[in-house]
Amino acid sequence: MSQNTPSKLEKMLKAGHQAVTSECGPPRGSDPEAIKEKAQLIKDHVDAINITDNQTSVTRLCSLASCIHLKLAGLEPILQMVTRDRNRIALQSDILGAASFDIHNLLCLSGDHQSFGDCAQGQNVHDLDSMQLIQTVRHMRDEGKFLGGDEIKRPPRMFVGAAANPFADPYEIRVPRLAKKVAAGVEFIQTQCIFNLDKFEQWLNEARDRGLLEKVYILAGLTPLKSAGMAKYMKNRVPGMDVPDEVVQRIAGVPKEKQAEEGIQMCIESIQRLKGVDGVHGFHIMAIEWEEKVPEIVESAGLYPRPKLD
Amino acid sequence: MIVANGKPLEEIIAAVKDRQKILVAGCNECVTVCEVGGTKEVGILASALRLHFLNQGIKAEVGETTLQRQCDREYLVQARETVEPYDIVVSIACGVGCQFMAEEFSTQPVVPGVDTMFMGGALERGVWSERCQGCGTCLLAKTGGICPVSRCAKRVLNGPCGGSTKGKCEISKDVDCAWQLIIDRLKALGRLDDYETLMPIKDWSTDRAGGPRKRIKEEVAS
Amino acid sequence: MRLNYPVHVRIIRVPCTGKVDILHILRAFEKGADGVYLVGCMEGSCHYEQGNFKARKRVEYAQRLLDQVGTGGERVRMYNLTSGEAPLFAQYAQEMSERILALGPNPAKLAGAARKAKAAGETAGRGVA
Repeated sequence: MSQNTPSKLEKMLKAGHQAVTSECGPPRGSDPEAIKEKAQLIKDHVDAINITDNQTSVTRLCSLASCIHLKLAGLEPILQMVTRDRNRIALQSDILGAASFDIHNLLCLSGDHQSFGDCAQGQNVHDLDSMQLIQTVRHMRDEGKFLGGDEIKRPPRMFVGAAANPFADPYEIRVPRLAKKVAAGVEFIQTQCIFNLDKFEQWLNEARDRGLLEKVYILAGLTPLKSAGMAKYMKNRVPGMDVPDEVVQRIAGVPKEKQAEEGIQMCIESIQRLKGVDGVHGFHIMAIEWEEKVPEIVESAGLYPRPKLD
Repeated sequence: MIVANGKPLEEIIAAVKDRQKILVAGCNECVTVCEVGGTKEVGILASALRLHFLNQGIKAEVGETTLQRQCDREYLVQARETVEPYDIVVSIACGVGCQFMAEEFSTQPVVPGVDTMFMGGALERGVWSERCQGCGTCLLAKTGGICPVSRCAKRVLNGPCGGSTKGKCEISKDVDCAWQLIIDRLKALGRLDDYETLMPIKDWSTDRAGGPRKRIKEEVAS
Repeated sequence: MRLNYPVHVRIIRVPCTGKVDILHILRAFEKGADGVYLVGCMEGSCHYEQGNFKARKRVEYAQRLLDQVGTGGERVRMYNLTSGEAPLFAQYAQEMSERILALGPNPAKLAGAARKAKAAGETAGRGVA
């Protein structure tokens, strides 16, 4: 496959390497040091770093500015962009803004509903949905045009990603939905946290049967569990999450002080199992407020050192 | 129909407390059907206001009237004799009726006694549910007759989002996931293949985004 | 049995408590009643199936409204009994009567009397001047 953008993540994937990405949440304030520090902790162990966009609808330092801080520090950011807060003018404008700093990766999302966050009384926008945002950025990049039809001077060069949840209901459209995102123009997928590996592999098999795995790079999303409490919370409270009973039982089966260690071990084992699965092109490690554990996970899973690109 | 909900009585009382002659005006259309602004509710609100004034030892007159349609000038004109003697009108028609009333009686204060909520229908007696937001470009033919604009919390046109769980929306277990409904319906129609057609970026200029809207039927407009 | 019950209870006969409208209750207070109570059949044995349940909901609605306008929702109650329970009927009348006596008169009457007294006072004052 030919290279579409200068994205390091794209190069890594197209060179046939298993990519590793992770993510950092920006702070709830204007001090950029926190995000820079988090990124420094993991920079040698990942190929690119997602910056979340006001995740769970809690107002934070913006994803774009955080990405710029990373870019200026010589790191490879993935700009997450939700359609909840911006209309098509703002979305296109922010894409150009990111491109002006040579940010080359964009993850298109709809975003959690604002009722979960600190501005539950706010409006939501949803002028576009996540699939239409994929179409928009591909249109801007490939046609060099705005949605309105005018030409863009120096179009954005962005490697376009989206999320996929192999577990969300209704299951029968989970693969058709991936097909739809591929048709919209998505190039890489970072999945929702995988705890039910069997179900994930079943989803992959169905995607393979439809020929989708040749058209899109799948990065398996993994989250190390910190405790049995977190496992239960994710199982019961987080929408669209599938945490099997065996997973909860395993982490609950060890003493409390050992649960974090067990959670890391389970995450490593998941990576090791999925590394050999056809269609898995890498891993997206979401260590929620636990970024310091990412190097350990990457090393123990045999994904370190990261391949060097020319 | 247009569905509304009664405002808190204290808010209505605060709006009328310094007036001597108060008219509670209902409407015989939507708000009668959704049991918030018909003759019956006019009677209840007027009685409650009278009791309030009686309890305060304040002498006030609270009148009652229900128009055939408050959103129609024809009926407002007929109501002029009824309305004019009053110091203030509490309209418990929808926001449209309340505004038409205010436009017609331009020197009299008109305040709303209900909060207008949505266009919807009754699921059962006393339970109403939203079905339309008047976006001006109906998509129902493509979505199996279920509207993602009014029934999806993110009005996602290519859904469902990742928050759909067991047929319910991420915002509440009491809210159906519109896209689950759409998929179930497409399946029942034998049209599940249609799910994979990408819904194009929507033209929202026919929605409220395009500014206040007007419809003119040339055949009848003068 | 010729049981006694308080003299200030005025009975209004209806075919079913389901016939009692929220407006009947509110208007009674407008006209100066100090309390209103409904006596319906036992729940589950309504001849019209839902009548006494509807009445209960209306009583609860009236209570909410009366709380908001300052009359006090505790002046309205719903009782249920069977037609053979005359002693219970008398007991409920007694209970309601005591409850209302404890609450005192309908505040509308007190406020009205105060207003009239004030008006009379002002008139008298002017007469002296």
